[in-house]
Amino acid sequence: MSDTERHTISVLVDNEAGVLARVIGLFSGRGYNIESLTVAEVDAANALSRITVVTTGTPMIIEQIKAQLDRLVPVHKVVDLTNDGPYVERELALVKVKASGNRRVESLRIADIFRARAIDSTGESFVFEISGSTEKLDAFIGLMEPLGLVDVSRTGVAAIARGMEGL
Amino acid sequence: MASREMTGSEIVLKALVDQGVDTVFGYPGGAVLPIYDAIFAQNELRHVLVRQEGGAVHMAEGYARSTGKVGVVLVTSGPGATNAVTGLTDALMDSVPVVCLTGQVPTHLIGNDAFQEADTTGITRPCTKHNYLVKEMEQLPRVMHEAFHVARSGRPGPVVVDLPKDILMGKGAYSGPENFVHRSYQPGTKADAGAIAEAVELMANAKRPLFYVGGGVINSGPEASKRLTRLVRLTGYPATVTLMGLGAFPASDPQCLGMLGMHGMYEANLAMHGCDVMINVGARFDDRVTGRLADFSPGSKKIHIDIDPSSVNKNVPVDVPLIGDAGEVLGQLLRAWKAREPRPDNAALETWWRRIEAWRSRDCLKFAASETSIKPQQAIKRLYERTRDRDVYITTEVGQHQMWAAQYFKFEEPNRWMTSGGLGTMGYGLPAAIGVQVAHPESLVIDIAGEASFLMNIQELSTAVQYQLPVKAFVINNQWMGMVRQWQELLHGGRYSESYTAALPDFVKLAEACQWTGLRATHPDELDDAIDAMIATDGPVIADIVVEKEENCFPMIPSGAAHNEMLLGPDEKAEAPVSEEGMVLV
Ligand SMILES: Cc1ncc(C[n+]2csc(CCOP(=O)(O)OP(=O)(O)O)c2C)c(N)n1
Ligand SMILES: [Mg+2]
Repeated sequence: MSDTERHTISVLVDNEAGVLARVIGLFSGRGYNIESLTVAEVDAANALSRITVVTTGTPMIIEQIKAQLDRLVPVHKVVDLTNDGPYVERELALVKVKASGNRRVESLRIADIFRARAIDSTGESFVFEISGSTEKLDAFIGLMEPLGLVDVSRTGVAAIARGMEGL
Repeated sequence: MASREMTGSEIVLKALVDQGVDTVFGYPGGAVLPIYDAIFAQNELRHVLVRQEGGAVHMAEGYARSTGKVGVVLVTSGPGATNAVTGLTDALMDSVPVVCLTGQVPTHLIGNDAFQEADTTGITRPCTKHNYLVKEMEQLPRVMHEAFHVARSGRPGPVVVDLPKDILMGKGAYSGPENFVHRSYQPGTKADAGAIAEAVELMANAKRPLFYVGGGVINSGPEASKRLTRLVRLTGYPATVTLMGLGAFPASDPQCLGMLGMHGMYEANLAMHGCDVMINVGARFDDRVTGRLADFSPGSKKIHIDIDPSSVNKNVPVDVPLIGDAGEVLGQLLRAWKAREPRPDNAALETWWRRIEAWRSRDCLKFAASETSIKPQQAIKRLYERTRDRDVYITTEVGQHQMWAAQYFKFEEPNRWMTSGGLGTMGYGLPAAIGVQVAHPESLVIDIAGEASFLMNIQELSTAVQYQLPVKAFVINNQWMGMVRQWQELLHGGRYSESYTAALPDFVKLAEACQWTGLRATHPDELDDAIDAMIATDGPVIADIVVEKEENCFPMIPSGAAHNEMLLGPDEKAEAPVSEEGMVLV
């Protein structure tokens, strides 16, 4: 669809059994897209977790997604970071490349440009750690492909609003 | 405050009593035996033993919708819980407050495929408003009270509490409802003042206004219906009512245009199509109501009162959302309307009413009575006429008879009409009627049934007998799954594939075998006598009303068509054959 938008949404939830299944079930049951979804406890004292979900849809669907999330009982707060002013989002990837000779040198050179760190190496391979925007990670992985990309593990997006206000 | 140690089962029962519960619809089994033991030892709660767990949930729904209270169900683990799934989904779709307690295998066996283990919270997650698995004794009182809070507040719905047997048998401290405030779920009830002003402005300047009234008004409680009636009469505007909203506004009021939607009134649907300001009070723009979305009420500004923000802008974009409880928001609107002292455009309103009267004069519910066979419309019309002065509650099954009941039975008050709207569950009506009768033992409770639907929960006949519940089943017996047959006739070239029930029971003998009274009418002359005899009989009655077999239900908006493309009767042909897009719609 032409008027599809990409939105990053933060959801503050009770860290209780089944809460992630509720959120994922909502997306699959109603046919919404999930581009990435991350979750971890962010406030142990109050047993609160933060889910960051990147989704796409028409403006009407995006509004639905937020309203549907908000009415889940263990959900405390839903914030559409994309709508609510500037925010930063980061993703982390571990990228394994098997290469020797020139290609090995080239992979290191590109890693350097992207500020990726080699966190494991053998005579014939590296594991790079890289963080940044989704696009940056896509670009890095794309460049590694012809050099001997073996494996990728990505965390999905974590995001937070700029400025001093909390969620 | 925390008090003496009790068993988990005792805590469960104490919580029910403290939540105002007087009746539980249930069926025992291994995992809930401790609760049944505790039930045995008390007499504050009445337990109604059903014949299948599916029946229990519909009974709880009937109880809830006729009283405004939370209906309560108790079933065992595994098959007990899975049998409840249809009812839970039904309650979710129709926003009925139900708390369903399910037994579960002991916590240490969960996940081991133990005997009668099912992942109840997993299975019921998408068909409940919320659910809980209680894994620690300390959580039990909180979860029990929270379940009721969630079921009844905001947009009501079903809540499952899954109770492992070791929790039921363990010991813990009880704590009353006053000690718990839900930390995240506190839905608001009042609409934004600015939005109220905007809505009143739109309403005041309307030339072709229309109230569109849904089940949210009934869920809000009887006061909401009173306020709605005041507001509608104050404005002088017409009102149409959804299937779920019947009774929220008095059917006899001249401003009432009756039900709208697929089998709604001609005048209601055309008014919906032609209005310039629509005031939706607690309805959800369901596809049965809107018809083809692209042509739904194309020229109107829309005001939408709903307690569930996710209902707003879901199918139909709305101009002024009023998020809140229907009763509260109607109160706000009434005050704002009076304060504004609107001067309506009387000339425009008069023209609007004249158009409506012209549509009305088509008399879309007229039908040709027959001298030789009972027309189903006639049967329901006569049932209404002969019971209208009584204290009557109506439930239905699903099919043509349901639509005829909605058309020909007139409701003046909320909570008198119980039907499965959103899910369309055949088999709903009999158990729902039993639940209604439990709550209103002295009232006349009638299940207007189709013979096919009636068979789907027929086992509950014996529940009615056990508790001396004098429910009446008014079976519109056309021997067909009439609604299926009608669609096959209109959409599938008259190929009547598997829609005829070839070996129906003799309902009179069936009644007798189950200790009900059986009556039959086959000729129009016998109809009134059968109705009167049914009412006059003290105990439960099946009235087998053998009707014209191939009658179709009109008016009808064919699938995928718009409100102004309605068919009024069997002699009318659709302007265009049903489109491919229409064919795929349910
Ligand atoms: C549980 C269930 N299964 C199937 C259907 C589909 N369905 C809708 S109406 C209908 C026929 C109902 O027949 P009957 O109860 O005799 O009512 P009638 O239409 O003849 O009045 C069927 C099969 C349904 N609504 N519910
Ligand atoms: Mg039938």
